[in-house]
Amino acid sequence: MANEETTIQEEPKKEPKKKEALFSRRNRRYLLDPLDDDNPITVQVLGICSALAVTTKIKPAFVMAVSVVAVTLFSNLIISLMRKGIPNRIRMIVQLTVIAALVVLVDQVLKAYLYDVSTQLTVFVGLIITNCIIMGRLEAFAMANKPWPSVLDGIGNGLGYGAILIVVAVFRELLGAGELLGNRIIPLSWYVENGGWYVNNGLMVLPPAAMFLIGIYIWVQRGFNKKLHNIS
Amino acid sequence: MEHYINLFVRAIFIDNMIFAYFLGMCSYLAVSKTVKTAVGLGFAVIFVLAITVPANYLIETYLLKEGALAGIHPALATVDLTFLSFIVFIAVIASLVQLVEMVVERFFPPLYTALGIFLPLITVNCSILGGALFMSEREYGLAESVTYGFGSGIGWFLAIIAIAAIREKLRYSNIPVPLRGLGMAFILTGLMGMAFMSFVGIQLD
Repeated sequence: MANEETTIQEEPKKEPKKKEALFSRRNRRYLLDPLDDDNPITVQVLGICSALAVTTKIKPAFVMAVSVVAVTLFSNLIISLMRKGIPNRIRMIVQLTVIAALVVLVDQVLKAYLYDVSTQLTVFVGLIITNCIIMGRLEAFAMANKPWPSVLDGIGNGLGYGAILIVVAVFRELLGAGELLGNRIIPLSWYVENGGWYVNNGLMVLPPAAMFLIGIYIWVQRGFNKKLHNIS
Repeated sequence: MEHYINLFVRAIFIDNMIFAYFLGMCSYLAVSKTVKTAVGLGFAVIFVLAITVPANYLIETYLLKEGALAGIHPALATVDLTFLSFIVFIAVIASLVQLVEMVVERFFPPLYTALGIFLPLITVNCSILGGALFMSEREYGLAESVTYGFGSGIGWFLAIIAIAAIREKLRYSNIPVPLRGLGMAFILTGLMGMAFMSFVGIQLD
């Protein structure tokens, strides 16, 4: 599990090589807060819609997480660049158009290079458009901030979302299929049909399991992080 | 006829937007604190889904599909615009929601005050776009998409009323502090999803 999270968190670290000075303490906070204190799923309650159905296996969850990071990053950047030119009354439609255009790009890239995963994700790639994280961050952050902090905020929120997706997917794949990333973890000889004692948890591949896992994640997170108590 | 009843029942109970696909979860969790507001949002979702799914069906079939534009000019017969469907669907939804809002405001003022702020919010409710995308993926016809849109709206309505009623009662229970609010709402949704899974396998035709 830890393995998966580190692969995700490595992405932003590539940036400091180019522009070191841009990572002031405040900018780092934009990037890191969404991973725990201000997590989009467990604290801001955004973007649950398209998240849970893709978490039965790690691979689609990972692809989904990367797609969402890409869309939050670029939509935050574009809207932040345009923020002074957008009339207030039509800002929703402008935002939706930018998001939809980016999602079309993501969808075409997935269809071209990762066709099998894109068939597993079905409509959920399209649903990134209405993923409340993206819209919510555009409204709450990119409309009022400069491009660089908006980019960091976009990456941070995308990663916060992706981290939850992958934690849930690890548990669901391990307990539901006995595998991680398609590699068998629980030996076949343990299974009842081979004369052992082990049975896969069938509930884990069904939709309610994702709900339970996120509920438990929130419970654990808030148990350690007292700041988050009593946020609805 | 039986085919449509079957599709309707499937859309409400088996392929329930919330319990089977988690669509519209954001507003489902945010607006389910009291039953009264939940009813308002629920009706708005039924209304908008029943209109937008067939509307998107018509747009897809007569504008986006390969060969749909052949009527305008024979040279357009090979044009396939389905890759634009995301943008077109969301634009149709946003403009229809705006239109519905204006019509309701003009002709049914009581309904407008009852739905209030919920109508514009529905544009970004995932279940609306989800309904349109499922319609396109499962290749429903016109009558089927009307049935599907209406049925899945009712399914969403049932889900949000149920969770709102439970959360109203929940305020008086002694839940562990870290689990209060959001955590408990997730676990309850999971339990309700398990209950709804008992409908799997219903076949009417």
